Amino acid sequence: MNTAKSYTATRNACKMCTPLGAALVFHGIEGAIPLLHGSQGCSTYMRRYLISHFKEPVDIASSNFSEETAIFGGGANLKLAIENLTRQYSPEMIGIATTCLSETIGDDVPMILEGMGHVEDRVSLVHVSTPSYSGTHMDGFHHAVRAVVEHCNPVSNRTRHKTRKAVNLFPGMLSNEDLRHLKEIFEDLNSRLILLPDYSERLEGPSWVEYHAIQKGGTPIKDIREMNLAGASIELGTILAGMAEKGEKTAGSVLKERFDIPLMSMGIPMGVKATDLFFSALAEITSKPVPEKYKRQRGRLIDAYVDGNKYVSKKRAVVYGEEDFVTAMAGFLAEIGIIPVLCASGGRSGFLKQALNQILPQNIQNQVHVHQCMDFTQMEEAARKLAPDFAIGNSKGYTLSRNLKIPLVRAGFPIHDRVGGARILHIGYRGTQQLFDTIVNTLLQNRQDTSTVGYAYM
Amino acid sequence: MKSISILEDRKTQVFRKGSDEFDISCDKKSLAGSVSQRACVFCGSRVVLYPIADALHLVHGPIGCASYTWDIRGALSSGPELHRMSFSTDLSETDIIYGGEKKLEKALFELIDIYHPKAAFVYATCIVGIIGDDVAAVCKKVEAKTGIPVLPVHSEGFKGTKKDGYKAACDALFNLIDRNREDKKIPLSINILGEFNIGGETWIIKDYYRRMGIDILSVMTGDGRVKDFGLSHRACLNVVQCSGSLTYLAQKMEAAYGIPFIRVSYFGIEDTSQALYDVASFFRDRPDIMEKTAALVQEEVKAILPELREMKTDLTGKRAAVYVGGAFKAFSLIKALKHLGMAVVLVGSQTGNKEDYALLKDMCDPGTIILDDANPLELAKYVLEKDAHLFIGGVKERPIAYKLGLGFCDHNHERKIPLAGFEGMINFAREVHETVTSPVWDLVPRKAWNR
Repeated sequence: MNTAKSYTATRNACKMCTPLGAALVFHGIEGAIPLLHGSQGCSTYMRRYLISHFKEPVDIASSNFSEETAIFGGGANLKLAIENLTRQYSPEMIGIATTCLSETIGDDVPMILEGMGHVEDRVSLVHVSTPSYSGTHMDGFHHAVRAVVEHCNPVSNRTRHKTRKAVNLFPGMLSNEDLRHLKEIFEDLNSRLILLPDYSERLEGPSWVEYHAIQKGGTPIKDIREMNLAGASIELGTILAGMAEKGEKTAGSVLKERFDIPLMSMGIPMGVKATDLFFSALAEITSKPVPEKYKRQRGRLIDAYVDGNKYVSKKRAVVYGEEDFVTAMAGFLAEIGIIPVLCASGGRSGFLKQALNQILPQNIQNQVHVHQCMDFTQMEEAARKLAPDFAIGNSKGYTLSRNLKIPLVRAGFPIHDRVGGARILHIGYRGTQQLFDTIVNTLLQNRQDTSTVGYAYM
Repeated sequence: MKSISILEDRKTQVFRKGSDEFDISCDKKSLAGSVSQRACVFCGSRVVLYPIADALHLVHGPIGCASYTWDIRGALSSGPELHRMSFSTDLSETDIIYGGEKKLEKALFELIDIYHPKAAFVYATCIVGIIGDDVAAVCKKVEAKTGIPVLPVHSEGFKGTKKDGYKAACDALFNLIDRNREDKKIPLSINILGEFNIGGETWIIKDYYRRMGIDILSVMTGDGRVKDFGLSHRACLNVVQCSGSLTYLAQKMEAAYGIPFIRVSYFGIEDTSQALYDVASFFRDRPDIMEKTAALVQEEVKAILPELREMKTDLTGKRAAVYVGGAFKAFSLIKALKHLGMAVVLVGSQTGNKEDYALLKDMCDPGTIILDDANPLELAKYVLEKDAHLFIGGVKERPIAYKLGLGFCDHNHERKIPLAGFEGMINFAREVHETVTSPVWDLVPRKAWNR
């Protein structure tokens, strides 16, 4: 299956570097601000990148290495950065993510932070190791979630009694609208949810009357501190689960190990089947039935599947992005009869093939080309041979879709050539409904655009 | 919320004309933790060399630096578009341990073989400086085998500021230029420096010079081609825009080939006219050029004035904030905004120097805030205090403006609309007019109670 020729250089990467994911996580915590320990450029580039998707201020501080810092170590700069940041932003938490530079010179960040007790009294200092040469932005994201959970839930908390049956939910890198939908579901279940991270309000708030150094919203730190009292944890992402199985620590596995909190892992709920799994897990954990509202959404969705079945059946799609996104999206596409002929990611977890085999029906598996560690240039070469009808993924695939003359359905992160990228709903029955409608309509529009007749009826 | 305070170490970089007496400090590295709007050395190099469309641009380092700069700029090419690709050696853990030279070499050979570039630039990022890869040696080796210029760009992010990146890019460009021995001057010829063909600006400027009877040997680097640099040392004059980035190259060329240089700006009616007149008067032994220039300016200005006047009636009295990379751009913006009847109440730059700020102080009205290397909080503080209607900046300033209910005009390299020359002035005015007069501000909370 692996037919793409490998090249030494990466050409138009399908991934971002590790600290970006971490920076995003800290924007999903109330009162937190990310600080990258490295060169000024890292912070600025990532700010710019995140702004182009969210269209909101996304401040990321830097410890601002100079040549001397690189030679003598970054301790002094990091301390100064923390102090200045504390003065200007009055944060409750500073999320310190390393970069390739500080990692390679061997800065011992935990030790540097140890000498900062005077700040630590007022501000939680959370360190996450994110060397840019190891993994992708998704690894940075998951590592940051884990680091926050570990920091806020030390083993010494163990003795406390479980009194409140909250559910910890680690959603992974979902859109703002996805996060809001998750919160809505828990409200409807009348169950307490601790969602980490939750940047849905911070990175998509209303216009301001005055400037907010740190936007409102985000998971309250006091809630994160109560994660060790929860009834259960849910982690979304089959790749993440694979890595946890391999022994990599995740936020959920840490809580399980330290506090015996049951952990359920499942894929991102895209499509009817995946969402069914999600809702049945919720019913099991909360001992509450699925609210009628969602049953109706499910009913309408399946009815829509039926109405649109002929427009999508046997269509061929290129799916790309983060491995967990690709897996979930491919599962949904297969469910409506679309063959995800090329499933590609810049990630390199080693689990993509296995995850897809689990989710895809056997009869189409041999039609699906799976590539981890793939860039967009290789993807375009591979896709060209597979005669796809459309591509689905983030804005980075626009060049590919333009060159292949196929429509692009925008989903995932980043969306920087459209407005509303953060408002795309991908999950649940309602999100699936939106994806389905968008895909069908994109195919119909393409049929109209390329037709010489131009019928106004389907 | 509590009011925004200025960090102690930044107080000499925040100046209020009329009440403050001190010299604005500048040319400093950014303060740790201050959330500077600046990028790094790599960014400076990448900006300058980016538009060279038939060269390979290989970023040597982990993936981030290449990922975040993939096709982000509006620099157009009339032919090849290799500059729009993002190439990276994508260094991983083992490369960090064992060194990245082998990978770099292999990547270069492969890429040159596939894309047949006319030259290759290798950008050394932070980590390369630390693990000690000998990038220059690899470049030399690959150049010897492939026969195309392969140039190291020493742009390790932490080794200075964006300005040092400009310098590294200029060094690479000079290396490319300095390979040519024929030294006979070409009459009536110029090089255009510091013009990057954002949205096709180079083409607008080139057309003016063509109509004036001036021969353009090379543009650095808008719509750039490697072979054009081979003639550039034979020009009579270097005309430098964006002086922050390419003055260093102009100085080097003056020293090496005796080419004098002048500084210009192609932004706004006043500065564009001045630029063309300055070039015309350089060739003073050819009075026909000045005549053609005068006719050109007259014709172009006449064509845009009626529409500008119309827009001015809506814009008069509105207040603008300007925060840009190079201060030179700010000078032109102040003049252009005045032309539209607008007042500049805040002006700042990432990389201005002492002379720049002295000039800014002279140009601004009393009460204007002048900022060096500002951050989002400072920008927000003064935009609010001055109750501006418009913010002119880049992608990172846009959400600050929008969150506070201000119009916004993009004036950096990522825009797609040409703002240079006379037709650029019309584009600029339209963009300003569209955003400032949008009815959405009536609904924005901060403005709604103002009206």
